[in-house]
Order: sequence, then C-alpha cells, then structure tokens
Amino acid sequence: MTDEMGARAAASSAGAAASRARMATGPGAGARLLVADDNKVNRLLMTRSLELQGHKVATAENGRVALDMLRAETFDLVLLDMEMPELDGFGVLEKMAADNQLRSLPVIVTSSLEGIADIVRCIELGADDYLHKPVNPVLLKARINSSLEKKRLRDQQQELIKRFATSEVANDLQESGFALGGRRVRATVMFSDIRGFTTLVESQSPEETIELLNTYYTLMFDAISGQGGVVNQMIGDGLMAIFGAPQALDDAPLAAVRAALDMVEMIDLFNVERVGMDKEPIRIGIGIASGEVVAGYTGTQQRATYTCIGDTVNLAARLEAHTKEVQRGILLDGDTQAALGDKVPLDVLGQVMFKGKSVAVPVYAVKAQAQR
Amino acid sequence: MPDTIDKNTFSELQEAAGAEFVTELVDTFLEEAPGMLTELRSAMQAQQADKFRRAAHSLKSNCQTFGAIRLGAMARDLEANGISSGSGALDALETHYAEAAADLKELSRDG
Repeated sequence: MTDEMGARAAASSAGAAASRARMATGPGAGARLLVADDNKVNRLLMTRSLELQGHKVATAENGRVALDMLRAETFDLVLLDMEMPELDGFGVLEKMAADNQLRSLPVIVTSSLEGIADIVRCIELGADDYLHKPVNPVLLKARINSSLEKKRLRDQQQELIKRFATSEVANDLQESGFALGGRRVRATVMFSDIRGFTTLVESQSPEETIELLNTYYTLMFDAISGQGGVVNQMIGDGLMAIFGAPQALDDAPLAAVRAALDMVEMIDLFNVERVGMDKEPIRIGIGIASGEVVAGYTGTQQRATYTCIGDTVNLAARLEAHTKEVQRGILLDGDTQAALGDKVPLDVLGQVMFKGKSVAVPVYAVKAQAQR
Repeated sequence: MPDTIDKNTFSELQEAAGAEFVTELVDTFLEEAPGMLTELRSAMQAQQADKFRRAAHSLKSNCQTFGAIRLGAMARDLEANGISSGSGALDALETHYAEAAADLKELSRDG
C-alpha cells in the first residue's frame, strides 16, 4: 500500500467513526460550543448539560474573553450570559454583529434577565434564541439542535452562493444585501476568449472539449483572482472579468494587465503540456478597457446576476475581437494605457473606428517581450 | 426536611445532571457564594451600582438552579432595588444564607 492510499484509508475510517458517533448521539450532536458566563456554578452546570448531549464545550468567564476565543477558534454556537463584567452579553452581540466572520454564528442567550425589554434587545442584536435560567435541559437540547440545523442550512447556502457567484459578490451580498439596480463606479473590464475555438471543438470529442474548458477556466480564474479581479461571466470559451468592482481595487488597470500577462503565461505552460500529448496549442485574445461602468445586480427578484454595463464594457469586448485582426494577444484602450504609465511596455497601434462608436479610439498592444 | 430548599427543583437537577455532579456543584456554590456576599457589601459601601447588581443577579441565578427559593427571592429584591437596598437587607441575606447553605450541603450528601 502506498503512503497516499494509507492516508486515504485512515481518513475514510476516521470519517466512518465520526458518522457512527453522530448516529449514536443524534443529529446536531458533536458540535463545538462556547459557554460565556461569569458565574462558575452556571458555567459548570451548562458545560455538564451540553457534554451530556454529546457536544464539545469551551468556557469563557466574561464577554471579552469570549470574543477573543471566538476570533481565535472555530465554534458552531455560543451560549451567552448577559450580566458579565468587562464586556457584557449585549456588548458581545454588538461586536459579533459588526464582525463579518462572527455575524452568522448562532447565539442562544441564557440569562435570568428581568423584564421583556432586555430580551427583545438581545433578539434585535441578532441572538437566535433566549432561554431563561435555570435552563430546562430538554428545552436547551431542542433549541440547540434547531439553531445548529439553521446554521447548517445557512452554511450550505453560503457555500452555494460562493460556488455560483464569486467570493467578492458573495461578500458584497453579505455586507449590503441583495438589491437590483446599479451604481456608477470606475473599473477595468477584461474580455478574453480562445482563438479558433470552433475549429478546435470540431476536431475533438465533446468530452475533450469540456475537459479543456475546465482546465482553461481554472487557469484563467487563478490568474484573474490572483490579481484581485472577478470573473463574472463565462460564455462558451469567452469570459468577462471586472477589476475594481464590486469591491474597490488599488490600481485596477495595472492589476488587469498583470492578470492578462499571467493568463498568457499560463496558457504557454499549458500548451507545452498539450503539445507533449500531440494536441494543438491554444491561443487566447484579451481586450482591456478602463472607465466608468454601471455595476450591480440585474435580472429579477428571483434570478439575478452581478454584472457591469456601459461603454467601457463594450469597448473591452471590441478590443478583444480586434486582437484577431491585428494578431496581438493583449489590447488596451487609452484610459488603461494612461493609468499604466511606463510600467508595462506597449506598442501604439493608432486610432481604430469600432462598430457602434462615433469616434475613433486609440488602441495599444502589450509588447511581446512583456509577455514573459 | 429543610424548607430553605425546594426539594422538587433539587431532585430534578440531580436527575438531569447526575447526583454526583450536583454534589460537586453544591461544593462549588458554597465556595463561590461567600465571595458574592462580600462583594454585595463592599459594592454597597463603595456605591458601585453595577457591581452590586451583578453580584445579586449572580446569586439569584444560582439560588434558582438549586431551588433555594427564599434566598433567591431576597437576592432578586437586592438586584431590583440596587445599592439603596440598605445594609439591613444584607444582614438578613447573610443570616438566611447560613441556613440555606447548611441545608443544601446536607441535601447533596443524602444521595
């Protein structure tokens, strides 16, 4: 047995043991919980109840310690007392709400607060639930299982959003929520596609094409996100990426050009592999334009996508198409060139009259020696 | 049987957490509670309203756990009335605590 197989076998038997443990103690058991309470008797009793339910428990004696632990370790749920020295439960809830990493962590408040106003305040501050002390163990178990289940669904949803949107869009959604409509921002837009893709598709099996596309997209995503860009559309072999939206980027034009250079380099490396396997090398064309775009969610309340529209987007698409005519890999518009200064060597290709444009625009090509 | 502690509450606690564990828990309470009583007195003298309220709240919460109904009610009054409760209320609390503590110890040892 190889080392790798051994490791895999060990991992799968650990997985089986974990699932057996889950079955033995019911759903939601085996979670990692934090108990924050300044009273030692309460801490001990709560820990005992939770351990009897099959959970792993850590404790904090005040709100400040609890926050430190929440930021340093991973927990599934917090049981929070309200009356605590240094930082009380309200303070913990406020700090958690303001923290991206902690905002969605479920909190069950366990307290013997008098009066409804404070309980309402807890819920308003984001607590999932409120249990009056002394806590009934059966009620505690039910509430914890329900909170953990809700968290599991939330995590799953988050995971799906990340898979079908970009992480930047996922963050933007988490921070600002979802609303249709755009806002004007300065950004750099990139279009890229594979040259002669149609011919390529005809010369190979559909399975090979899918595999090629998957590799191609993996490489392009790496290059683009490595420079802070966001791929927001994939159509066949073409993709559109945005630099500087939805989240601002320091030097978006330079980042886009660097990403383009990385993309070309990755395709060169990929081609070495393809030629080694007796396959045709592929070539890509990239168009980049900078300026004002309208960025936001378009679609309907049920189905929407994050996108950018405007002249800058059209120009980037035209430049990408133009790479075929001038037989150059990366073309830029005047705004991108102006922002670059002399950081990347360029050739001046002169003014070009694009379809749909009323005036000719200057076009620049990244010099071949920059593509190293 | 002592009437300082509600027997139903106490045996429910034993059932849920285990009698042996409850014995340890009572010991912990008996270690911690004198500190809370001292804190109540010093907070009252120093006019520290927050500290006073927190100590009373903490004591009340533990009393409710063990079924120390009367002691819990006294602590609850202290929490509500704050440092204006008067030192007489603290004297009464301390006297009753001594009784409740003894009963609690006895109950937890009965098994």
